[in-house]
This record gives sequence, structure tokens and C-alpha cells, in this order.
Amino acid sequence: MQRDLVKQLLYDMLLARHFEQAAAEQYQQGRIGGFLHLYPGEEAVAVGSLRAADPGDYVVTTYREHVHALVRGTPPEAVMAELFGRSGGCCGGYGGSMHLFDAQRRFLGGYAIVGETFPVAIGAAYWLAMNEEPDCVLCYFGDGAVNQGTFHESLNMAALWRLPVLFICENNHYQIGTEIHRHSAVVEVHKRACAYAMEGRRVDGMDVLAVYKATREALHHVRNGNGPYLLECDTYRYRGHSMADADAYRSAMEVAELKGRDPISLLRKRIREEGWLDSDECAALDAAARRVVADAVSFAEQSPPPEDLHAHVHARPLDLYSGAAR
Amino acid sequence: MGHIEPVTPRPELKMWEALNLALDRAMAEDDAVFILGEDVGLYGGSYRVTQGLYAKYGEWRVRDAPISENSFTGLGVGAALVGGRPVIEIMTVNFAYLALDAIINMAAKIRYMSGGQFRVPLVVRMPGGVARQLAAQHSQRIEHALLNVPGLRIVCPATPQDAYWQLRQAIHEDDPIIFMEHELLYFDSGPFDPGAAPPPLHSGRILRDGKDVTLVAWSRMSRLALTAAEELGEEGIEAEVIDLRSLRPLDLPLLLESLRRTHRVLVVEEDCLFGGAGAEIAATLGERGFYELETPVGRLAGADVPTPYNDRLEAESIPQVSTIKARIRDLLKA
Ligand SMILES: Cc1ncc(C[n+]2csc(CCOP(=O)(O)OP(=O)(O)O)c2C)c(N)n1
Ligand SMILES: [Mg+2]
Repeated sequence: MQRDLVKQLLYDMLLARHFEQAAAEQYQQGRIGGFLHLYPGEEAVAVGSLRAADPGDYVVTTYREHVHALVRGTPPEAVMAELFGRSGGCCGGYGGSMHLFDAQRRFLGGYAIVGETFPVAIGAAYWLAMNEEPDCVLCYFGDGAVNQGTFHESLNMAALWRLPVLFICENNHYQIGTEIHRHSAVVEVHKRACAYAMEGRRVDGMDVLAVYKATREALHHVRNGNGPYLLECDTYRYRGHSMADADAYRSAMEVAELKGRDPISLLRKRIREEGWLDSDECAALDAAARRVVADAVSFAEQSPPPEDLHAHVHARPLDLYSGAAR
Repeated sequence: MGHIEPVTPRPELKMWEALNLALDRAMAEDDAVFILGEDVGLYGGSYRVTQGLYAKYGEWRVRDAPISENSFTGLGVGAALVGGRPVIEIMTVNFAYLALDAIINMAAKIRYMSGGQFRVPLVVRMPGGVARQLAAQHSQRIEHALLNVPGLRIVCPATPQDAYWQLRQAIHEDDPIIFMEHELLYFDSGPFDPGAAPPPLHSGRILRDGKDVTLVAWSRMSRLALTAAEELGEEGIEAEVIDLRSLRPLDLPLLLESLRRTHRVLVVEEDCLFGGAGAEIAATLGERGFYELETPVGRLAGADVPTPYNDRLEAESIPQVSTIKARIRDLLKA
């Protein structure tokens, strides 16, 4: 492993952890409204996979997507300001936590209707394939999304037309309060790939290096015209489904046990064992991440709210009662 | 960019031919335009609209899709986000109900949610309406379901010329546009001049001048309204007929202008009465044209029933020339 890469992965995961912690605090203080879905426990999935992608690749994500945007390079202050609903947010305050978009970074959005990431991803991939472009699409979704019709519909089309999509399942074992064995007849998501003659495999989603490596391999497969690929990342979320979740459906023991396999601790341990970074370097990364998050919060606090209710509905302003002028 | 052949003027064209020509021209002019839907390719389209295009443009630009309406419409959204100008064909509006997530939750909202970062230049074509004894699941309209979705635009041509113009214009726009076609109009012929300058995409059109009453209709009902008006002309009743051509946005200035001449309005709509487009039109005319109205705005619409299979009942379930005439006579008595 390259030292620089390991450093980057550790920094990304620390930034992710601190950012989400800050978001939770800001939510509790009433500065963030609506639904807020946080990522602690799952960091290795977004970090490992997105660091394995190229800048030209498109990314389509769910509503649990702050970390994906951060890793993709959307400035933390723009993500935090979006959670605050402010004009300095990456969508100007029009999208919110569940709908982060960043055109410049080919970030095609956070979608809050479960199962929507599949069709968006195959659409972008269709365009890439039609134009014989070298880029891929990374399509994220939860374990709960695989029972939505769009999963079947879209994976079929992706395989049928050999579209360059990497489907990445963030299997955190829960669909809100319904554990996977209670929502799916087949709990090993990657096995569903065979229904579409697609390659699929499972990887330890708590091990960022394993996710990175598996994604590299999968993207190599996809980029070389071998069709789509289904990568299942076995992971776990520490917090409730959203800030509104009292988390009464699972035992404290279960959560504690999974926290014992914390992705950040695992990486730190590995770094120590391999001697990749010394403890001062690790501490410096942690301090830097905390600083960035604190700055993001102050930026968001100071960012003014958006003003124009009607902006962005259509390509040009459209008066619904004056069709003739158009 | 493909070779663009000049369009030879033809005095008459069928609706499907006009749509076919519009697609062909759009695809020849812009490589970003592609078509995707069930049986649009090798088969040539259920109503022949895409005939010949598969052979001409190949399978990537004219793609036969599996029966996955929500995902292939969503595919159109995804492709539109990254530079494509997809034209999605949903075999009939009845199946568009399975694609409402892609249309309403995705296509209509992405520009707004992204703070204007992404455009969604997507056209979704869908034949619909009551045809001939296709029964309840295949004889629907969808106006009511899409009319109040912010972010969408809805057009509904009734003639070959408008179909050609409006499809070409819709493909040029950077917004998601629902393109409603009527199953009974595909094989109707009409005058066609490819060189004529088109009116704006969302403008209405006066089909016939009259001073006694304004008939407001769209799609196939504008044809019936025109026939009814012509027949009433022989009785000495002069009905003005407006073909709206677009439901969202609505050409209200044209409606108000006509109302100022006639002071009476009848909306003729094939979709069911309750909560339909006619309700929006009537309410708006009531609000903004109240002092011009001699009588309340009348609405003649589809019956609030699933469309029956039996042919007599089916005919009874939607406005006909005879019922339009009867309602006009009543309205003039009031
Ligand atoms: C179509 C749809 N149905 C229901 C919901 C409500 N909902 C939001 S998240 C969620 C659970 C999704 O679980 P999963 O896909 O595993 O993702 P996770 O939240 O675990 O990351 C549900 C049911 C929704 N947003 N969309
Ligand atoms: Mg889950």
C-alpha cells in the first residue's frame, strides 16, 4: 500500500466521522431540519470505493450521502451549509441533507426515494456507453433497496446492454428497523447478480483497504467493457436510521459488538502494524479533520438563506398562465 | 451529425408520419437525441411513430427496452443529466402510471433540488385516451395526474402539423416535457408544411372564430369540438373553438381574449370531470375573467367511471359531437 493513499483514507474516514458528529450536534441544536441520516460505522464503504474511482466517473447515491460528497471533493463547508439550508450550500439550500448534488464533480445526486439510484445510474451509463466514453458510474444503495422493482429492472438493462456501472450495496443489515433476514428471502445480496449473468462479490465493508482493492478490481472489470458489477459491502451503522429513530429494534449488545470492528480503529491498527504512519502523523490528521469540520460549521452558520422561491424550477422562468409568450 | 435531408413539402400527412419526421429530423441534427421504449426499434413502434429509425440510426439511438417503465424512464432522466436528449416512448399512458416515480420524483425535481446545477432535457411521449373498446386498463388519460407537478411541462398536439412542430420544439427544450398523443389521431391526416414558422410551443390556437361561446379543448376533443361548432354554425350558433395545444403552461391570455368576445365558455375534456384540467381552467377563468362571464364556465368531461368495454357505454363515457352540441345549446339558454 502506498503511504499517501493510506494517509488519505485515514483522513477521509476521520473527516467523515467528525463531520457526522457535528451534523448530529447541529441537528440537536435545531440548526439542521428535516430528516438527517448519518454514516458512522459505514465510512470504509464510501471512502474505500470512491478513492478507488477516477475523477471522470459519475456517482449516484442515496439520502445517506454526506460522506460520499465529501470524499468526492465537495467542500465540507458547502455540504454543511446545505444541511443548514443556506445559500452557500452545494445546492444553494434547495436540496438539503438528502439531496446533495455537485455537477462539477460529476456527483449526480442524493435520492431519497429508495431504489431511484438504479435508473439514474444506468441512464448516465447508457450515455457513456453510447458515446464510447471511458468513464464508469458508481451506484450506491442500501440492503433495503434491493427489493424495489427498479433494482431488478435496472440491473437487467445494465447487464443486457453491458453498461459501465458498478452497483455498490451498502449492506448495513437494516431497512430502518427491519433486519435483512426479515426483509429479504436471500440475504447475500451479491448472489442476486447471477440472475442477470453479472459478476458479483461480497467484501468486508469495515475494512477500507479491502473495499478499496475490491472496487479497483470491479472498476477494472467494468471499464474494460465486461459489463456491470455488483459489489456488496458488509457494514453496519452505529446510529439510528435517522435522527428521528429511537433505535429500539436492536440490542445494545449487537451495536457494541459491531463497534468492536470499527473501520477507523481497524485501519489505525493496520497502520501501526505495518508502520505506515507514526502516531504523530495520525494525530495531525485527526486534528486537521476536526478543524475543517469546525470551519464548515462556522461557514454554514454565517451563510445567508436562499431568497428566490421560484428559481430553478424550469430552464427559464415560466409563468404557468401565459403559455403564448413561450 | 448525420446527413440532413431537406423535407419535401407534402400537402397532407398522417399524425404518425409527422411525429416520425420530427424524430428523424431531430436525430439527424443532434447526436444527443436518442429514442428508447418498448418495440420502438425493430418492430417500428406500436403506432409506427419510430418506423425506419432503427435501421437508420442503429440500436444505441433507437433502443428496444424491456418492460420496465419506471427504470427506463429513469434511465432517460439519468442520461439527460449527463448530456443526452432522450425521447422516451411509453407504449401507452396506462403504463406511464408505473413510471410516475421517474417522472414526478426525479425528472420534475432534480433541477430544483440541485439548485439549478442540472438540467433535464427529457421528452416522454405517451399515446393515450379512449380508443376503441380497449377496456378500463387501456383507455385512460393522465392529465389530472401530472397537471400540478411543478417542474413538468405538458403538451398535447391534435394535428400532424402541431405534432411535428411541438415534438421538435420539445426536444430542443431543457426541461422534462410530457408529450401526450391520442391513440385515435395517429392515422388522421392534416395539412403539413415543414417550412412554415411554428408558433410558440405552449401557445393555444383558435381553430374557428365565433361570437356566441368559446369551446376550450385539447387533443382529440379539439377535433370533436370543431366538428360540433361547424354543425352548430348551420343552426346559426357561432362557437369559437380553441385548441389549447399545451396544458402546462396554459395559454390564459388567449382564453381571456376569446372570453371577452363571447362571454361564455365550455371546456370539453376527455379526462374524468372530477379534479381534472377543466377544473383548473374553469376556476382560473372564474377568478380572472369573472366580469366577462355571462354564465358560469361549463365543463363537459369524461364520466367518473373506469372506461367500460361495451361500445355503447364506452361512447357514453366521453364527450361526443352530439353531447357537445347539446351542452352548448343549454349554455346559450342560460
Ligand atoms: C420508496 C420508498 N419507500 C420507503 C421509504 C422510507 N424509507 C426511507 S429509508 C428506508 C430504509 C432503506 O433501507 P436501506 O435501503 O437498507 O438503506 P439504509 O437507510 O439502511 O442505508 C425506508 C423504508 C422511502 N424513502 N422510499
Ligand atoms: Mg440498510
